[in-house]
Amino acid sequence: MKHKVAVTVNGHKHEHEVEPRLLLVHYLRDVVGLTGTHIGCDTSQCGACTIHVDGKAVKSCTMFAVQADGRSLTTIEGMAKGDELHPIQQAFWDEHGLQCGYCTPGFIMAAAYLLEQNPNPTEDEIRKGLEGNLCRCTGYVNIVKAVQTAAKTMSGTTAGKTQVAAGGN
Amino acid sequence: MNFLQPSTWAEALAMKAAHPEALPIAGGTDVLVEINLDHNRPDTVMDLTRVADLAEWATEDGLVRVGAGVTYTRIIDELGDRMPGLAMASRTVGSPQIRNRGTVGGNLGTASPAGDAHPPLLASDALVELASASGTRRVPVRDFFTGPKRNAARKDELIAAFLIEPATGPQTFSKVGTRNAMVIAVCSFALALDAGRRRVRTGIGSAGPTPLPAPEAEQFIEGELDWDGRQPPSDAAVARFGELAAAAAKPIDDVRGTAAYRRHALSVMARRSLGWAWQDYRVGWA
Repeated sequence: MKHKVAVTVNGHKHEHEVEPRLLLVHYLRDVVGLTGTHIGCDTSQCGACTIHVDGKAVKSCTMFAVQADGRSLTTIEGMAKGDELHPIQQAFWDEHGLQCGYCTPGFIMAAAYLLEQNPNPTEDEIRKGLEGNLCRCTGYVNIVKAVQTAAKTMSGTTAGKTQVAAGGN
Repeated sequence: MNFLQPSTWAEALAMKAAHPEALPIAGGTDVLVEINLDHNRPDTVMDLTRVADLAEWATEDGLVRVGAGVTYTRIIDELGDRMPGLAMASRTVGSPQIRNRGTVGGNLGTASPAGDAHPPLLASDALVELASASGTRRVPVRDFFTGPKRNAARKDELIAAFLIEPATGPQTFSKVGTRNAMVIAVCSFALALDAGRRRVRTGIGSAGPTPLPAPEAEQFIEGELDWDGRQPPSDAAVARFGELAAAAAKPIDDVRGTAAYRRHALSVMARRSLGWAWQDYRVGWA
C-alpha cells in the first residue's frame, strides 16, 4: 500500500504517493529527481547520502521516505544561491577538497551541520565532526583545510583558533 | 511491507496489540541497515518518530525518566551532567548523523550484545519501562537482556523509557574498536562509582551473549577502596579488579576479535577505568 509523503526540499514543496519500503535517498534521487545526494554503501557507513532533515545532518539511506513526511529537507542542491556557490562549496573548490567528487556532497552537508553547531572549530573538532563520512581517495587533509577556510569565510574573519592541517590523526 | 505510523502513545500501544509482529523503528539506524543488507524483511514496521511523548525526559521521584525516542545527540547535550557514563558512550555511537537519529530505546530494542548504551545502563542500575495496552512495568536492566538480540519485552509491548538515578559519583566508559567512528565495539566497559552508598557498578559490552555486569569485581573492589581517606587502591587490588572483570565476560571468537583478546582488553579497560574514576573521586566528589 502506498503512503503519502509531503516534504519541503530546498524550499520547494513536494507531495507523492510512495511505497513504505522506499529509502529517503532513493525518493530524493528517483522521485524528486535530485541526484546530487549520492549512495555509497546504503548501510550508513560512508555518509555520501548525508542531507539535513529539519536542520540536522542524517544519512538518508537509513531513513524511509515516509518517515520524512512533513519535514523540511536540505540537499546539496539547496546550498548554492543561483550561480553563487555556498562558502563551503567554494572552499572545497579552492582547497582541492575533492578528488573524484563522489563523497563531496555528503562531506559538504556534514561540514555545513558542523559549522552551524560550531562556527569556529579546531582541526580536531572538524575531524570528529566529519567522522561519519568516508573519502576513498583519502583526501582528508584538503577536506579539513576546506572546512577551515569555509569557517573563516563564513565568520567573516581570517583570525580564528583553527590551525593548518598537519596530517592524519 | 506494511507501514504503521501512530501519532500518539495510546495509538502506538493499540497498534502493537493489534499487530504484535510489527517491528518498532525510531531513528532506524539499526533496522534500516538490517533491511538494506537483506538480513531482515519485516512484514510490518511501526514508525515511532511521531509519538511526541517518547521524545521527552523528566525527573520523577529522584530518577530521570528518559523517553525511548530521545536521541544520542540530546542525551549528550541535555543529560550529560546527570548521566555522564551514558553520555560518554553516546559520544562514541556512530557519527553525528547517527547520533541525530539513533536512540537508547532503539539500542535496547535491538539488544545487541555490542550496543554502546548497554554497559553504562548496567553500571547505573537503570530500569527499562515496558508498556502495552494492558499496563506498564519496569524491568531492571540487569534482567532485560535475555540473549543475543533478545530482550524481556513481550510481543505486545513497546519500550517506553529508561530510568536512571542521576550520577552519585564518577562514571567512565571505554570501548575498543578498529577506529573511533562507525564501528561495532570489539568490547567495551562502563564503570560507575556510587560515592553515597559506597558501591561500584560495572557493565561489559560485546564480550558475551548479552551485555553483562561483573558482580564479583564490584564486590571485591568496594571492600578495597578507601572511601574516606580517598587514597588510591593498591596496584594488586587494581590488577585483581581487572582480572575479575575479565572473568565475568563470556566472549567468543568472531570477526571483530578473539575471546582471548577481549578478555585481555577488558582487564586493561577495567584497570584504567578504575584509575580514572578514582582520580575524579579524589579531586571532585563531595
